Amino acid sequence: MTKTLNALGSALLAILVWQAIVTGFSLPKFILPGPLLVAETMWKSRVIIFDNAIVTIAEVLIGLVLGAMLGAATAINLATSAFARIYIRPILVFSQAVPVFALAPILTLWLGYGIWSKIFMTVLIIYFPVASAFYDGLTRTPKAYLDLAKVMGANNNRLMWHVRIPAALPSLGSGLRLAAVYAPIGAVIGEWVGASKGLGYLMLLANGRAKIDLMFAALFVLAAFTVLLHALVDKGAKRMIKH
Amino acid sequence: MSKAPDIYFKGSAEIERDGENRVLFDELELHIPANKITCLLGASGVGKSTILRLIAGLDTGAKFTGEITADDEKAIAPRIAYMAQGGELFPWLSVIDNVMLGAKLRGEKSDETRALDVIDKVGLTSHINKKPTKLSGGEQQRVSLARTLMEDRSIVLLDEPFSALDAKTRSEMQELAGDLLSNHTVLLVTHDPFEAARLGHFIQVMTPQGLEHVEAPKTSPVRADDDDETLACQGRLYRLLRGNAP
Repeated sequence: MTKTLNALGSALLAILVWQAIVTGFSLPKFILPGPLLVAETMWKSRVIIFDNAIVTIAEVLIGLVLGAMLGAATAINLATSAFARIYIRPILVFSQAVPVFALAPILTLWLGYGIWSKIFMTVLIIYFPVASAFYDGLTRTPKAYLDLAKVMGANNNRLMWHVRIPAALPSLGSGLRLAAVYAPIGAVIGEWVGASKGLGYLMLLANGRAKIDLMFAALFVLAAFTVLLHALVDKGAKRMIKH
Repeated sequence: MSKAPDIYFKGSAEIERDGENRVLFDELELHIPANKITCLLGASGVGKSTILRLIAGLDTGAKFTGEITADDEKAIAPRIAYMAQGGELFPWLSVIDNVMLGAKLRGEKSDETRALDVIDKVGLTSHINKKPTKLSGGEQQRVSLARTLMEDRSIVLLDEPFSALDAKTRSEMQELAGDLLSNHTVLLVTHDPFEAARLGHFIQVMTPQGLEHVEAPKTSPVRADDDDETLACQGRLYRLLRGNAP
């Protein structure tokens, strides 16, 4: 409760500072609109914002689910197979040196202007944090657990399923929390490069037409969604590892 | 449960430390008789856990040359149940699922009736659905003990199982374990002279010079904690550990 109040307080403070800057420097609304105008635009343009938000949210959610599944599967594969550790892991690590943003135009070229290029971008951006956090957890199973399982006669598959994976769920949880914050970035970048729908597209469009109030309105909706998504994933992760 | 065997341990071990090989123990012989509790007492780092882990087939980081055999000449590993200091209950499993873990890990069908019976023996029937974090340290070790019994193995290896418990709980756990493990081949590794004096049919003290057999009190374990002979034995063990003649 106190936490919520504190958050509200700091939001209020930020809005006040924002308004003070706009008023103090007499900024025109096509440079920086005040919070009131943004709120008004958000309400007036609610239909168009909603239509575009739905697309972005779908991209993010599909991308998040696919990316998390792919990342988790990779982590398990790396943890079980020496071959994968030797030959696949270096590729994965190297792939992180490639700025994923730079791939966005190619993805659009390959997958078209529809939602799949954005979903793929989202998958790309969250795949590594999920895979690496989960893999880390899988390789750090407490030795006492492994000893016990060995004496009990567990084979490798059961050891993975009943011991290593459950013991690594907290790490997977950290990866998923990160993913929840990164996923919307992936979708929006995809939309910036080429789209006809989505909040990223709407922001770019509004920016181009000097409708900065609309751009901010879309931005706030995206931020609110990201916060909500993070909270939901956090709750899910906590439930998953409830002891 | 199959008949408990005598175990014979014989061999030497070296460990590598700071780039040099150091002898951990040399030509050491240890006999662990069936249906008795053998206590292996020693200071930290002397290699007593290494012996237990070698018998259990766990990695030790030491290079071992020698042999570990049973008097019936059958394989030892499939007959072992192992219990360590703590932290080895799985926090994501309830008490009963922790107790039935072995069957699950081997892909066998879990015998729930027997699990409930074992849990009853350690006095935790009212806690079967709780997660380990909701239990006290002593209760957690009871679950561990129940799981060890559930394994239904004739050889039980205990690696400092009670050392993290407070005095009262430790004393209670010693009694419970001593009673419930009476028809097993038990090796109990401990650094606590009192525990060895209370629980051991046989007491072996491990020092850097090797193993020394110390006569256990004539009474049978679990001995009362104020028994004169037990206290005298404890005194002898302390002197040995501190490098003085008994």
